[in-house]
Amino acid sequence: MFPLIVAHIFVLIVVASVAFHFWSPWWWTPVASNWGGMDDTILLTFWVTGVVFIAVCLFMAYCIWRYRYQKDRKAEYKPEDKKLEFHLTWLTTLGVIVMLAPGLVVWHKYVTVPEDALNVEVVAYQWGWKYRLPGEDDILGKTEIKFINDENPFGLNLKDPNGKDDILVDSGDLHIQIDKPVKFLLRSLDVLHNFYVPQFRGKMDMVPGHITYYWLTPIRTGDFEVLCAEFCGVGHYAMRGRVFVDDEKNYNQWLAQQITFEKMLAQNKIDNKSLKLVKNIE
Amino acid sequence: MSDEFDKKIEAKADTIVDAGSVPSGSVPGIDYVPAHERPDQELYHSHSWWTTYVFSQDAKYIGIQYAITAIGTGLIGLVLSWMMRLQLAFPGLGILEPSAYYQFITMHGMIMVIYLLTALFLGGFGNLLIPLMCGARDMAFPYLNMVSYWEFLLAVLILLSSFFVPGGPTGAGWTLYPPQAITSGTPGSSAGIVLMLISLCVFVAGFTMGGLNYIITMLQSRARGMTLMRLPLTCWGIFTATVLALLAFPALLVGCIMMTLDSLLGTSFFMPAMISMGEKLSYDGGSPLLFQHLFWFFGHPEVYIIALPAFGIISDLISVHARKNIFGYRMMVWAIVGIGALSFFVWAHHMYVSGMTPWFGYFFATTTLIIAVPTAIKVYNWVLTLWRGNIQLTLPMLFALAFIVTFVNGGLTGIFLGNVTVDVPLSDTYFVVAHFHMVMGIAPILVVFGAIYHWFPLITGRMLHEGIGRIHFWVTFLGSYAIYFPMHYQGFVGVPRRYFEIYDSPYITTSTLHLNVFITIAALIVGAAQLLFLFNLIYSARAGKKAEKNPWKANSLEWLTPEMPPGHGNFGKELPVVYRWAYDFNVPGADKDYIPQTVPPSEVRSAKVEKT
Repeated sequence: MFPLIVAHIFVLIVVASVAFHFWSPWWWTPVASNWGGMDDTILLTFWVTGVVFIAVCLFMAYCIWRYRYQKDRKAEYKPEDKKLEFHLTWLTTLGVIVMLAPGLVVWHKYVTVPEDALNVEVVAYQWGWKYRLPGEDDILGKTEIKFINDENPFGLNLKDPNGKDDILVDSGDLHIQIDKPVKFLLRSLDVLHNFYVPQFRGKMDMVPGHITYYWLTPIRTGDFEVLCAEFCGVGHYAMRGRVFVDDEKNYNQWLAQQITFEKMLAQNKIDNKSLKLVKNIE
Repeated sequence: MSDEFDKKIEAKADTIVDAGSVPSGSVPGIDYVPAHERPDQELYHSHSWWTTYVFSQDAKYIGIQYAITAIGTGLIGLVLSWMMRLQLAFPGLGILEPSAYYQFITMHGMIMVIYLLTALFLGGFGNLLIPLMCGARDMAFPYLNMVSYWEFLLAVLILLSSFFVPGGPTGAGWTLYPPQAITSGTPGSSAGIVLMLISLCVFVAGFTMGGLNYIITMLQSRARGMTLMRLPLTCWGIFTATVLALLAFPALLVGCIMMTLDSLLGTSFFMPAMISMGEKLSYDGGSPLLFQHLFWFFGHPEVYIIALPAFGIISDLISVHARKNIFGYRMMVWAIVGIGALSFFVWAHHMYVSGMTPWFGYFFATTTLIIAVPTAIKVYNWVLTLWRGNIQLTLPMLFALAFIVTFVNGGLTGIFLGNVTVDVPLSDTYFVVAHFHMVMGIAPILVVFGAIYHWFPLITGRMLHEGIGRIHFWVTFLGSYAIYFPMHYQGFVGVPRRYFEIYDSPYITTSTLHLNVFITIAALIVGAAQLLFLFNLIYSARAGKKAEKNPWKANSLEWLTPEMPPGHGNFGKELPVVYRWAYDFNVPGADKDYIPQTVPPSEVRSAKVEKT
């Protein structure tokens, strides 16, 4: 009796797992970027691995019942079966190739940034976000940690002419335009962070001392929450921001309201007469 | 060379020639045994209570000391996980401060991976089983072995002392990534992290002493006739895992030393120019990614340092309790060795989105998925051992079956994360948490339980209580599956890990938060069931049913000692002589359904044994 119960419980685990997979309310959010290919690879992996999981568990349940202990039963004596082992090996290898190959194709797209992508710098700090867009020259000015001070919070190099027209967004809200590829250049001022929007699927750590990147093309408008996905200290869970995907009109409207680095410096001068602009530069 | 040395060599040669005679009971011409290669081991004999039970040099006692210390530390890890789960399920109650939450996840992770599982599998089961299974009197270097345990205990005490220093223990996450590990935005970034790093260094030093012992004992002290390909798979698992550990731990050690220097002396190995709390720090030019490479060069093999002994033990449990030889023994050995070797070429799959050059992704995704092949073969061979077996649903067998389900589940989700594209949306979410708890938390723990139920009679001479054991089994197995299976789906939703509180984010439905309550309740129940297990251990050790000799009718040498539990020196006057592998179950023509390793062919002339 006990073997029968155990076998049934193992079958039940498989049934419950499959039922949970198809009928539980928890599934990914609708994709909002061009990385639907990642979802497809996950689905493909689900099918292949799901079949293996079900097959192994059901086979086990069958064995538990069919070969339950009986005093006068003799187990088979067969140390190995080279043919069977060979077939299982190549079948497994085939399954692995089926999952890996499409994955590598999508990865190749992920690391190959289109030439016309707009460079957007994401700046992370403990614990918040800000952003920088290139101005009319389409080039972001150079930055360094040592240039950062109250007047120059982004740490731009004042000697770099490319930085003058950079658009600085000193808030956690970023707007991007639908259907236009964006390359996020990821910069951290302090510790590790990760710029993550669940609906975009993309992710990359931000490492102080490096500029990392990833790219995407937003495919639907909306406003999405930005989360930090790499532990960054005690405020990690509260490090949220926002990304708005706009149509062209709204995007341009928003862009027109932002200020350039040059304007910001001038404004800071008015705000604070006793300002020493270059106190950190020899 | 001195005369004294020559004399020693001569004396040694004499003993070998003498001991190389045909052992009693064997028939020349039929029973072949190779000659002794070395004289019998001279043991340290203890004379007092202190040197017998406390500063013991007997591997069996050291194994038990390791096991008790590891399990005791693991219980602290368990309580920490309860606190975390309560905070996640009921954020409104204010059970923990954010800093305490991060300190608890860090300590929970490090305790479970290093101080519980690594110490228990290698220090605990390794010490207990290696000499017994190999047919040796003790470890090759008993004194060093003793020191190894005391260093481990010291490492545990240093680790736990960090709870009592200003700032508390480190809250950097068990991966201890710089720069946050040693800068002020992280809890325990001064004293806590330094104690953690020192504790790890001490652990590595202690482990090296033990690890050299395990390897040298297995290579040098095996009984006559115990060829490598006759060793039980438990030994192969522990052996390969120890080799991995000796190669991988140095990477952790240098990483820890370098970070300690960064923290105390202001060097910049891992520290770039950065700002902390509005101040520019004096660090410049270091690379946080260098630490991640060092950490995972250790960290990935570490997964197999835990998994390979589990693989080995489970193979033996399944074979003994299904009364059938393990299917494809040679393939199993090569799979263990192959997985061990490959495990050094996959580390950066933990770093696909770390900011390292993305071109590494192709290489590490490919190597990672290649490792799935030998792993899958092991799973096939386990279930094929059940096939046409004669399966006794004893407690060790039940845990072995549960291990297969859990391991297959957790292994397959590993294929998701190893495939670089799929890892991008899933990394740093609860999918990862669910995956690694399933595959290297629950699966190895189920093996630990199976192994304890199996070898408890060997240690105490008594059986564990079957009824309590069954309750413990079902609650642990089904409960932990209920914890971690749904957790994967939180990961699909995109819930990030290491979040003290998730709030009502717009993309997260409230039902996802309700799932947290369910998981927490399941976790509390599973944790409570472990108290039942502890009770069973204590109760059965004192008043359990007396075990007969070799209660499971196994073939391997640990059950064939003259006394049970085995005495000092394990095998009495004469060391055992081995004629076969450990898996001769239900051999056609034999009268009994098992043939122990020490039975010479002349005693079972009618058995049609395959040559091993």
